Amino acid sequence: MFHRESGVLKTTYEADMALYPLPIARWTVGAMAVLFFVAIPLTLDQYYLSLANLVWISVVGALGLNILVGYTGQVSIGHGAFMSVGAYTAANLAIRLGSPWPVNLLAGGLMAALVGAVVGIPSVRIKGLYLAIATLAGQLIIEWTINHVTFISGGVQASIDVPRPRLGSYVLSSQRQMYFFLLVFVVLAIVATLNLIRSRIGRAFIAIRDQDIAAEIIGIDIFRYKLLAFAISSFYAGVTGVLYTYYLGIANYEQFQIGVSIDYLAMIIIGGLGSVLGSVLGAIFVTLLPIAIRYAMEAFGGLFFSPQTVLNLIPNLRLMMFGALIIFFLIVEPEGLNRLWRNIRNYFRIWPFAY
Amino acid sequence: MRQILAIVTALVLAISLAAPAPSFAQSKGEIVIGMQCDRTGATQIVGTVLCPGFHDYIALINSKGGVEGYKIRAPEVDNEYKVPPAVESYERHKKEGAVTIAVYGTPQIYALAAKLAEDRIPGTSPGFGSAAAADGVRYPYIFPIAATYWSQAAAATDFVKKQLGGSLKGKKIAYIFYDNPAGREPIEVLEDLSGREGFQLKTFAVPPPGVEMGAQVLDIAQRYRPDFVIAHLFGGAPAVSIKELKSKGYPLRKVIALVWGSAEVNIEAAGGFGVAEGYYTMQFAGVGQDYPVLNEIREMYKKEGKPVPKEMASSVYYNRGVFQAAVHVEAIRNALKAKPDGKITGVDTKAGFEKISNFTLGGLVPPLKITSTDHEGGGLVQIWQVKGGKFEKVTDWFSAYPDVIAKHTKEAAAK
Repeated sequence: MFHRESGVLKTTYEADMALYPLPIARWTVGAMAVLFFVAIPLTLDQYYLSLANLVWISVVGALGLNILVGYTGQVSIGHGAFMSVGAYTAANLAIRLGSPWPVNLLAGGLMAALVGAVVGIPSVRIKGLYLAIATLAGQLIIEWTINHVTFISGGVQASIDVPRPRLGSYVLSSQRQMYFFLLVFVVLAIVATLNLIRSRIGRAFIAIRDQDIAAEIIGIDIFRYKLLAFAISSFYAGVTGVLYTYYLGIANYEQFQIGVSIDYLAMIIIGGLGSVLGSVLGAIFVTLLPIAIRYAMEAFGGLFFSPQTVLNLIPNLRLMMFGALIIFFLIVEPEGLNRLWRNIRNYFRIWPFAY
Repeated sequence: MRQILAIVTALVLAISLAAPAPSFAQSKGEIVIGMQCDRTGATQIVGTVLCPGFHDYIALINSKGGVEGYKIRAPEVDNEYKVPPAVESYERHKKEGAVTIAVYGTPQIYALAAKLAEDRIPGTSPGFGSAAAADGVRYPYIFPIAATYWSQAAAATDFVKKQLGGSLKGKKIAYIFYDNPAGREPIEVLEDLSGREGFQLKTFAVPPPGVEMGAQVLDIAQRYRPDFVIAHLFGGAPAVSIKELKSKGYPLRKVIALVWGSAEVNIEAAGGFGVAEGYYTMQFAGVGQDYPVLNEIREMYKKEGKPVPKEMASSVYYNRGVFQAAVHVEAIRNALKAKPDGKITGVDTKAGFEKISNFTLGGLVPPLKITSTDHEGGGLVQIWQVKGGKFEKVTDWFSAYPDVIAKHTKEAAAK
């Protein structure tokens, strides 16, 4: 029903290499583009756009983390810190040199990539939980450095005000303007990731994830590709940090503490490791579910409890329901929301026939 | 597969039914205060007591007919002491037409500073946030409304000076602090004062999460042996500091805690009032239950036939909630007086805040004087001491070294 394909009828290399080989997939992408670039920003109120903006920022970060964890199989609990590296690089450039945002964005990403590659060096010798602890150490060291070196943090408050991004003389400040600003980078990040993972580099990452000794035997330079995975992934994280900084108008180290690293890991695990769509779904899920739960509680909580009790219950029950729903989804489909979606799609593909 | 599908469909249906439920219809004659709270995050010991105080005061005002005939509504959003929920909550309050926002948390007020100024909605940060925000010219839409960390440090030094007989020359003061931006903020003021008053200052950093400070306290009690200790800790850390100082034999009557180490919950977590005998605490709202406004709240509950909320017994944070709500309401009252048609915006409330002067609520609120240049309102604090199982007032409202604070504010604004 969703797809009607039969046989492999490709006659050119271009057709074979197309990102979306089926017409229906191309139409879907077109329809999504219209939805996200026209319908949503023009119809929705600023409040809903602010939710979308929080989602967009998370999507970029989750994609980056998924390249490392999902595709290359290297665990990182240091992505919050890599974001702060990007954020503070951009903020310092903006304040000290007055450079425009595209330069800062790129510099923030590259600086994070460099730091990420350095933190990733232990990955050459150690794997799994040991690597997780090494990256955790990276997170704590970076946090401490930013917190204490006033040259980076810009003073004891460890926060730097950043001017709003501008296109020529046009200043981007409202949620709607930010929506477009962020969406452009989300699209870039998605397209870049989709292409990265079907390139030579991406296949090398996957080979390392599946069996690193076998990968080495077939001629993949493990050292180079593991560090490259850390660098690319941290580049995304750095860009996320810069986007977040421009979105809020301030770089503050308390926005990038260890909890953030864990949140992003949660996003990709819930969404699905090693999948682009999974990163997007995970980011949406983790960002919006608590908000949806709160609205549900506000609507129905009054039926059972007094207003004072509801106020106390909402935040606590919200945390519990959030945790319970994550467990529920992971039990229903351990491979994440991405797999859930594929199951649904495959079911309807041959519907109404069972096989 | 079929079951999974059924479950997913049911969930999607449930969420889509639930989501559009809130209606933002504003009834006529209602003024909205956006309220952020933290009942589940890093500072939940504060939020679970402070927020009920805030709501109780709003309920009291509404039960007496509201402000100038307008009802006040304070929708609460729990931000878990995280930044993204604070942004979401801010946008939601803005959508609901909030004319002022009670922001909660230092990173949160930093993150919202730019937005508040762009949207022209005043946001308050009583007792936290940046000390430089007291400058109303540099930060027109941020209102600390209570003593900032700079003012607290200056007041603590002044208090120590009086305790040590009027002179600090040659004395030793230890500053033990939570190693985050908020904890380090007072250091520059303390260093200035140490040069001016001629005392020796040594700082002791406690790394987050602040539950391990045995080495620092041992250093203070056995090696440095200061004449007084100024403690600036948060969350669970103050209780640990009381226990550690006690066990290392440092007298608690030579310790003064800044505002976030000063509540009943901190003392109780340290082992109760008996253990903490002598400990000095700094307060930016009145302590205890003996205030006319609290009696009115008790009356209100009695009239409704409900028991008085248990949070009231934890008077430090509860009273701060009342204080915070009262200052917001007062700003709205001033705004409505200037614009009796009730169509007030954030700009009017800002002007309302800047008219607050000598509003004391029977002693619970310090005699603030907020002006367009001073959004702190004077930086007034009281010192209360743990004595005989309760807090006992040691000083009345006071502030100290205004010239030093002014110098630092000016330097920060120039940046």
